[in-house]
Amino acid sequence: MSMNFAALALLDGVAYAALLFLVAVGLTLIFGVLGILNIAHGSLYAIGAYVTATAGQWLVDQGYNPWLTFPLLIVAAVAVGVILGGSIEKLLLARIYSKEPILQLLVTFAVFMILENLQRMIWGVQPYFMSTPLTLLGNVSVLGINYTIYQVLFLPLAAIAVLVSLRYFLRHTSMGAQILAVTEDREAATAIGINATRVYLMTFVIGASFAALGGALATPTTSLVTGMGANMIVLSFAVAATAGLGQIEGAAISALMIGIARSFAVYLSPELEVITPYLIMVLVLLVRPSGLFGRETVRKI
Amino acid sequence: MPIRFRQTHLSRPAFAAAATAAMVSVVAAAGLTAGPAAAQDKPAEFKIGITTYSSGSASVFGVPARQAAEMLAEQLNARGGLEGVPVKLHFIDEGAGLETLLTEYRRLVEDVGVDVMFASISSGVCNKIAPLAEDLEALNLMWDCGTQRILEDDDYHYVFRTQANATPEMLAPLAYLLKEKPDFKTIAVVNQDYAFGRDSWELFSTALKTQRPDVEVVAELFPAFGAADFSAEVSRLQALKPDVILTTSWGGDLDTFVRQAEQRGLFEQSTFVLGLGESSLQRLGDTLPEGVIIAARGDHYFQHPERRDDPDFIKFNEDFKAKSGEYPIYSVYHMAQAFAALEAVYKKAMAANGGTWPDQEQIIAAMDGLEYQGFGRPLSIREDGQAIEAQLVGTTAKSDAYPFKILKNIAVYDGAELMAPLGEESLDWIAAFGPEKLALTGDRYDTE
Repeated sequence: MSMNFAALALLDGVAYAALLFLVAVGLTLIFGVLGILNIAHGSLYAIGAYVTATAGQWLVDQGYNPWLTFPLLIVAAVAVGVILGGSIEKLLLARIYSKEPILQLLVTFAVFMILENLQRMIWGVQPYFMSTPLTLLGNVSVLGINYTIYQVLFLPLAAIAVLVSLRYFLRHTSMGAQILAVTEDREAATAIGINATRVYLMTFVIGASFAALGGALATPTTSLVTGMGANMIVLSFAVAATAGLGQIEGAAISALMIGIARSFAVYLSPELEVITPYLIMVLVLLVRPSGLFGRETVRKI
Repeated sequence: MPIRFRQTHLSRPAFAAAATAAMVSVVAAAGLTAGPAAAQDKPAEFKIGITTYSSGSASVFGVPARQAAEMLAEQLNARGGLEGVPVKLHFIDEGAGLETLLTEYRRLVEDVGVDVMFASISSGVCNKIAPLAEDLEALNLMWDCGTQRILEDDDYHYVFRTQANATPEMLAPLAYLLKEKPDFKTIAVVNQDYAFGRDSWELFSTALKTQRPDVEVVAELFPAFGAADFSAEVSRLQALKPDVILTTSWGGDLDTFVRQAEQRGLFEQSTFVLGLGESSLQRLGDTLPEGVIIAARGDHYFQHPERRDDPDFIKFNEDFKAKSGEYPIYSVYHMAQAFAALEAVYKKAMAANGGTWPDQEQIIAAMDGLEYQGFGRPLSIREDGQAIEAQLVGTTAKSDAYPFKILKNIAVYDGAELMAPLGEESLDWIAAFGPEKLALTGDRYDTE
């Protein structure tokens, strides 16, 4: 076991990192463009998960083809991102961009609390689950250890797909260029005819959809419980801060670091598992206060 | 989020209210000294304050317990109330944070004037509540607290526990395991990283060392409380192949761990012991395999083999199912035990007081040696305020009647033999166990 444990820990770490990255990338994107640290991101993650579980369970109960639960993961995430994310931005955030950051933080915190309670009112407090997609893909044996294909293949591939398409979107499409321009200098971008209000809305919806996608993809592997959003916002903040807020590729790297370090801790020193993410964050921030990839420039993406 | 506000000024309305209250109490005090003492009159209403989780992960216990409390109070009032006095419930959410909880507790006792408090679920909360109840001179029935330390480390006048504690709750599944799997050589533990996760393993492992010093502990894993992923733990356990895997996790943590372990075949490799598994049986449905050892923090099971034909037991379970959609779990039965103890102690104290309403000291005196009946075996309160409660352990099996696993080969253990004797601390008592101390069979039911 001592020979192979590194390989096993790596597999678990990558699977965990994939989920972390999906949530953290939305948080960091929103911060990079809008300059808002969105605490309600954790609720979007939780609600994405709950909507997926409810709709997935319904599909299965109605006797539809269980493979439909795969497209459902994306449909549910986008629906939550557009409807909930869109209304949070339009109704609340759009009014407070000029206000102090601490106020913006408090507003998103308030939204988080409201959504937490709403979630409890709708789905109750008993844990939920919907593991159909994971069961469908089955297991694979690596070095005599059973892994679910969903966790060791599907999740990392999904994370890579998100990373690659987000990069492409930001660097090679007109909308992406507009987002980058607004990030660089909102006033100048507005002056050359870019609709900054629309860019903010788009960015927030995309970021919110990533949070919901993280929740949707986590659904088959875990139990949905009250408070899952709070746990995730803290963890994904650690990932984003380690990378440097606003750093997209950096978030992927720091998610990997934290995910892998955590699973190594389970083998080498289980006592440290719980604090590993924060230990890494503290160590990185001590040496580089703006994060691994953070720069002291105006450009955040 | 560590965001806190400090209020530095009394706002005008609050100040006015405080001033009014002060005036009223002065007038009231003057009135009392003039009239005769009227303490023994039956009150118009009996107020019960209850702390339970309405939010947070422990609401898997708290919400069913709250529903049970509402149902029990309704039924009690329909029977005429507590010795003829209707009861009214006041709830506090344990999930709101310790500071808020303690403030609310104080408010219920001092301002609302509750007659008894039922508190709490979390051991961490109970540790803070017990001294507060003592300070406030408020009668407190600990209805679900796990930690054995409270009544062992300190003497309390106003604090009683109407159920067992972690000591018998851990020794019972260990005794069952020793009997059912006498040949196991290795064990691993996966507990939540918080007080109960640590304490329950300390009790279990200390006792295991006295009974089977040859058993090797191959892994002690304490994943974060509320962790959403146990993949790395499951991988490591697959590599280690322990004969037995113990967990005292509960709620979403336990459900997730069981599901991830089951998906990856860990149940085929190791015997699982789920210390609080009874509370997850219904939720886990088909996911939970057969042959898993399940304990229940007491003799709590909706198919309790000694109670399942009793009409009151059947009715309670059906009523609760109708109200909540689920069969009762142990926290529901713990709540019922607190109500049963309350009814019994008022009956006993009334009788001792010549049929007139007892004062608080008479109630406290009546608690000693109190006997009462919940929905398991009869219980009794010891001199130190600790209840003696039987323990039930079983093994999962398929059921034709229910869409989830039921228990077979059930053992019911007498509570007294698993409880540290009066005045002794559990860990010292356990460490001194003779080699055959836990060679207990219990009373067996539904054996194959």
